[in-house]
Amino acid sequence: MKKLLSILAVSVFAFSANAGTLDDVKNRGFLKCGVTTGLAGFAAPDDSGEWTGLDADMCRAVAVAVFGDRSKVEFITTTGKSRFPTLASGEVDMLARNTTWTISRDVNLGFEFVGVNFYDGQGFMIPSSLGVSSATELDGATVCIQTGTTTELNLADFFRLNGLSYEALPIETNDEGKENLFAGRCDVYTTDASGLSSTRAAAADPSKWLVLPEIISKEPLGPLVRHGDHQWGDVVRWSLNAMIIAEELGVTSENVDASKSSNIPEVLRLLGVEGSYGEMLELSSDWAYQIIKQIGNYSESYEANVGPDTPLEIGRGLNALWTQGGILYAPPFR
Amino acid sequence: MRSNLSFFSDEKFRSIFFQTLVIGIFALGIYLIVQTTGHNLEKRNIATGWRFLSDPAGFDISFSPFIDFKSTDTHLDVYFVGIFNTLLVSFCGCIAATILGFLIGIVRLSSNWLLSRVAYVYVEFTRNVPLLLQIILWYSILIQLPRIKQALELMDMFFISNRGIYSPRPIFENGFSFVFIAFILALISSFILRKWSKKRQDETGKQFPVALTALGLLIIVPLVLFFILGSPLSFDFPALKGFNFKGGMVIRPEFIAMFLALTIYTAAFISETVRSGILSVTKGQREASSSLGLKKSWIMRLVIIPQALRVIIPPLTSQYLNLTKNSSLGIAVGYADLVHGFGGISLNQTGQAIECMVIVMATYLTISLIISAFMNIYNKSIQFKEK
Repeated sequence: MKKLLSILAVSVFAFSANAGTLDDVKNRGFLKCGVTTGLAGFAAPDDSGEWTGLDADMCRAVAVAVFGDRSKVEFITTTGKSRFPTLASGEVDMLARNTTWTISRDVNLGFEFVGVNFYDGQGFMIPSSLGVSSATELDGATVCIQTGTTTELNLADFFRLNGLSYEALPIETNDEGKENLFAGRCDVYTTDASGLSSTRAAAADPSKWLVLPEIISKEPLGPLVRHGDHQWGDVVRWSLNAMIIAEELGVTSENVDASKSSNIPEVLRLLGVEGSYGEMLELSSDWAYQIIKQIGNYSESYEANVGPDTPLEIGRGLNALWTQGGILYAPPFR
Repeated sequence: MRSNLSFFSDEKFRSIFFQTLVIGIFALGIYLIVQTTGHNLEKRNIATGWRFLSDPAGFDISFSPFIDFKSTDTHLDVYFVGIFNTLLVSFCGCIAATILGFLIGIVRLSSNWLLSRVAYVYVEFTRNVPLLLQIILWYSILIQLPRIKQALELMDMFFISNRGIYSPRPIFENGFSFVFIAFILALISSFILRKWSKKRQDETGKQFPVALTALGLLIIVPLVLFFILGSPLSFDFPALKGFNFKGGMVIRPEFIAMFLALTIYTAAFISETVRSGILSVTKGQREASSSLGLKKSWIMRLVIIPQALRVIIPPLTSQYLNLTKNSSLGIAVGYADLVHGFGGISLNQTGQAIECMVIVMATYLTISLIISAFMNIYNKSIQFKEK
């Protein structure tokens, strides 16, 4: 009986045993990456069903780092609410789901944010016909708000601080928010400014909608993994950093082959020509080269997905490199 | 010589042995689940405990008709708001579904071909379409109502828009409590009257117009007092100010969608229960009462329904339970019920998934058991009394 019991107990615990996520991913043959249910510019399927966007690129970059192949990703959609349980239960290996880095998520929920791939802030979007030009004029308005987000808490704080009243209309997904806003069930839709730009771009006539100038919060959005698996955390962290450093060094998907014969030491280290950084991460030596080759550097990903030439029309702003007036900054590659 | 085997051939011992074994395995299973969960939570550095209940919620809930909820209130308050909202829609839904269900059930048995066919189509359609779709359908229709600035208006008092139905809110002034007390007294005397008249009828066979007298008591007494006291009642009218109507009362589309969908869906099941109850009363009962010369409406009220109720109540109880549990679908349209508020937003903001879910499940269990208990008491009171 005792033996039976211990077998039973072991088999139950076996499910929870945390082998290294990197090994799990390698054995499985593809990466499971949690993304949004569809937010243009960040992660959304394009016309051919291919996931594109800044967050989708983040997932692909990690897949490239591990497998050298950008297609080895399974995108798993998560709502604002399901994302954390999905990650905690091991259903996905990482989240790249425009998720705000906060202390409670980092500490209490047992996750680890490995960096920031988009500096955002919460804004408001209204029909331009309302004639409102500032968020402080929104007294009494009905506000559509995604539940379970940091924006929900910021909203309550903002209105309390300014002594304004409002009515919250809780919604689950961005699409639901769009629908309610366009139908006039709510006056205002509030979420991260990037999300608003994405929503506005999807409107029948974007000029009828206005994103108010106030940004009421800091929303550093970044990829996250489960706490405690530092090896895996490092892989994701440096996949992101590699893209940022590549921009800093001027290495792009086009000139990456030529850069292999560059005379700048950091470029050579990044591309795996010098040093053994790949080995340290238990990846191939050309992992960063492959990321830049197949995905591009941060700037390329940004311009293709959310930049001024896309329907989202978001300027670099805070997301410019630290050398160009922004706060995008990656530790040195050495 | 008695061998060990003879224990097993003892039926009593055998049954106790296997029952103990099954319970033991079950308890072991529960123990392992709890242990593993605790172990895994600890390993993933997820904080557990009930401390979060007293932390400020930080978010707002706009639909809270009973409690004035602010974002500085705690998650425990979110829980209470959720319970009230769940009970509100369940209570309204149960009452309306019962009335509608009885009507449809009786209409379905009507000899009028058109009426009974309409009832048939209603029942088959609503009970065979998933409830979630019906809730979303009603909500989609309701948010297509006119926008707030173009709200439909009735007599300058009622406004219908896709943000809800606005109506004047009564304000009770000094002295109105007397009118209310008068109403309660009238209600009590009506009950006494009914008892007295029943007793008199049993003894002497004389009838008394109870319904009419009671109605008179209930309306006239409070009304006279109301005017004597100088009409201590005024109304707060809704008026469009800025973004929304201010003042008055409002019924939100989220509530209306939930209420309509739950009522219409459950009424279909109740109507079938009612139909089967009525059909279970043998034809002889109807014929016997006809031959006694009873009026048609009396046959239904005095002979058929009391006997049918014995068949109707037990399944009706489970319909009430279903309706209450189905109200948890409110999350689909953002109705701030228990699952949406505490089991959804609080859970998500605090990350205390297991704690929140355990509380929510225990609450539904408690509500269901209370409903069952009341229905069982009622059921006992209408069963055959063996004398």
